[in-house]
Amino acid sequence: MKARLNIAAAALIVGAIALSGCAGGTPAASSAGGGDAANGLNDRGPITYVQGKDNSNVVRPLLDKWNALHPDQIVTFKEQSDNADQQHDDLVQRFQAKATDYDVVDVDVVWTAEFAAKGWLQPLKDTMAVDTSKMLPATVKTATYKGTLYAAPQTSDGGILYYRKDLVPTPPKTWDEMMGMCSIAKANNIGCYAGQFAKYEGLTVNVAEAINTAGGTIVGEDGKPTLDTADAKTGLNNLAAAYKDGNIPTEGITYQEEQGRQAFEDGKLLFLRNWPYVYNLAKADGASTVKDTFGIAPLPGKDGPGASSLGGHNLAVSVYSKNKATAKDFLAFMTSEETEKFYATQGSLAPVLTSLYDDPALVAQLPYLPVLKTSIENAVARPVTPFYPAVTKAIQDNAYSAIKGEKSVDAALADMQNAIASAGSQ
Amino acid sequence: MSTHAQPTTVRGTAGPNAGHENKEVGQDRKAKTQGRWAATLILPTVIVLGIVIVYPVVNAIIMSFQQDEGLDPVTGSFVAGGFAGVANYVHWLFQQCPAPDGGTTACSPGSLGAQFWSAMGTTFFFTVVTVVLETVLGFWMAIIMARTFKGRSALRAAVLVPWAIPTAVTAKLWFFIFAFDGIANKLFGTAILWTGSEGPARTAIIIADVWKTTPFMALLILAGLQMIPAEVYEAAKVDGASAWQRFTQITLPLVKPALMVAILFRVLDALRMYDLPAIMTGGANGTTTLSILVVDQIRQGFNSAAALSTITFLVIFLVAFIFVRFLGANAVQSATGPGKGKGK
Repeated sequence: MKARLNIAAAALIVGAIALSGCAGGTPAASSAGGGDAANGLNDRGPITYVQGKDNSNVVRPLLDKWNALHPDQIVTFKEQSDNADQQHDDLVQRFQAKATDYDVVDVDVVWTAEFAAKGWLQPLKDTMAVDTSKMLPATVKTATYKGTLYAAPQTSDGGILYYRKDLVPTPPKTWDEMMGMCSIAKANNIGCYAGQFAKYEGLTVNVAEAINTAGGTIVGEDGKPTLDTADAKTGLNNLAAAYKDGNIPTEGITYQEEQGRQAFEDGKLLFLRNWPYVYNLAKADGASTVKDTFGIAPLPGKDGPGASSLGGHNLAVSVYSKNKATAKDFLAFMTSEETEKFYATQGSLAPVLTSLYDDPALVAQLPYLPVLKTSIENAVARPVTPFYPAVTKAIQDNAYSAIKGEKSVDAALADMQNAIASAGSQ
Repeated sequence: MSTHAQPTTVRGTAGPNAGHENKEVGQDRKAKTQGRWAATLILPTVIVLGIVIVYPVVNAIIMSFQQDEGLDPVTGSFVAGGFAGVANYVHWLFQQCPAPDGGTTACSPGSLGAQFWSAMGTTFFFTVVTVVLETVLGFWMAIIMARTFKGRSALRAAVLVPWAIPTAVTAKLWFFIFAFDGIANKLFGTAILWTGSEGPARTAIIIADVWKTTPFMALLILAGLQMIPAEVYEAAKVDGASAWQRFTQITLPLVKPALMVAILFRVLDALRMYDLPAIMTGGANGTTTLSILVVDQIRQGFNSAAALSTITFLVIFLVAFIFVRFLGANAVQSATGPGKGKGK
């Protein structure tokens, strides 16, 4: 009997270890933080800036510059890992603990609504107001939740179309035109079009682009799903039909950014939807076979440029920060024209200030800027919703099945609609 | 350990007069103080276990009965959900999701709730297939390694290499191997989309898992094999037993305790498989395991995730219990020492 008890106890412990690994976080006491938001508005002092891994070393020189000017308001840099999910979870943990050691945080455009709804971000109004009039409107929208600005756009990103100018002298303006050019790809025995169609965040970006370009939307202003429209259907159907016809090569559903870039550089693709980072690599990579034979264009649309999804990051102030006056000044410093220019030249990160896209010196260095400007001007933010993780999951799962042809486009959109509605009615 | 050493230390702490007391009283007090002393020594361990195991488990169970935060439609901010009863468990087990009208409805594909049973099936599928393959291959490798031949230690070291590589690195390696332009397709001259549909995706993950964990099985079984005295085999040979008879009549029964412990460890490990499918396929094409589902759910609501991990915990507990109780995996008794084999 005793032995049996021991066995049960031991098995329990084994299982418990497995469980304790899973349990994360504490029940969130979600008072919207009205009190916290009013604290420290006029206080100055040392603050901490939190951002993911600084790959191209842009942050430290900027902080040195700031710290030299403000010896009494030193900014310390807290560098997170280079994995977006880990950055997100780290921020959630610190915010839930109401930690005062994260003052200014760098948030991905798709997290802004979630963090704002949780009451973790300082509304940027009244004394905390930030001037966004010179910024590209689409980027400001990613930082706005329920009509209030919660973050300052800092870097942006938009999709552009890479094409083989040796095979296609003028790039396609519309999706249908591009599909028509796929016969050229077939004649040359290469794939026609690829984006990011593996099942991950990149698929959400591409599906959102397809639906927005066709004139549809994923969620409306009220956060409710709006996928039961003919436009949304046209958008998703464009992708599904292209895959079925072979215009998107079979292996396209395993492509993330890098696999697509590789295939394009190997000369195996006629068109590629990707981010601006590919430009320099395709020009300079030793292995690139298309160095002098590729061009860039805005994404093809319905009758004009397509609606790109927006990437990039926003800067926000934690409501738990004790020195918000310093934090606000720091925000202005980090979004100033000089800083934005430095980010663009040193880190190849797209600026949010409209004027910089026409700066001749900058364009000489980053020739893709004019195309990117068109892309971002026509861009649509990915769904601005506090339930983003559930929304992106619903899009990925269903769109993936639809593109592969396992599910009809109608059924996929209906399931997407229901899953998003359900997530929003918790 | 010598029993004489202990009284000295105990008396030392009990005070200078302890040595003068009546022998019988001394014995009595010795037992008492020793018990107290033992408790003091164990206390730090108990506290640490309490903090890292009991607290999170209890907290997770409490959380699992709370509702996830909901959005206040007017202010647009989240508000605490309050007590939920067993709603979170119903959500997973019966795949019921909240409906816009306030009630519940069957979860739509594309929500995590709709994936519970398929994830459960996937997890058990991976567990059964990988553990069977690993046991068979591990046994075979162990038998080879148990022989005496030149370069045996080199082989043993080499076999360990896959096990020594962190799983995430392994997963990334196999991710590249199974990419469309990867080595696997080049080597066999095929054009399979390894991560593009269910069968190949599962096969790829099973191959990677077997590659990585077979050495672990092999080493545990090897340890069991080396416990078997050579005389038994010699006696069997003298009696004219064939190689197959020696394997089934001697090796198998004698290695069984070690084998069952090895299988138990692997099963528990496989039931919480996360890194390989997460990195190789991201859970696409029927490779979402329970652990992947838990991690995905954490980003959508802690309390529901707590319910899911409690369910996972109960499942793993049940499997461990069955193994220990009915299949005689003696992990517990051999760990507690002299009681080994007593229960049989």
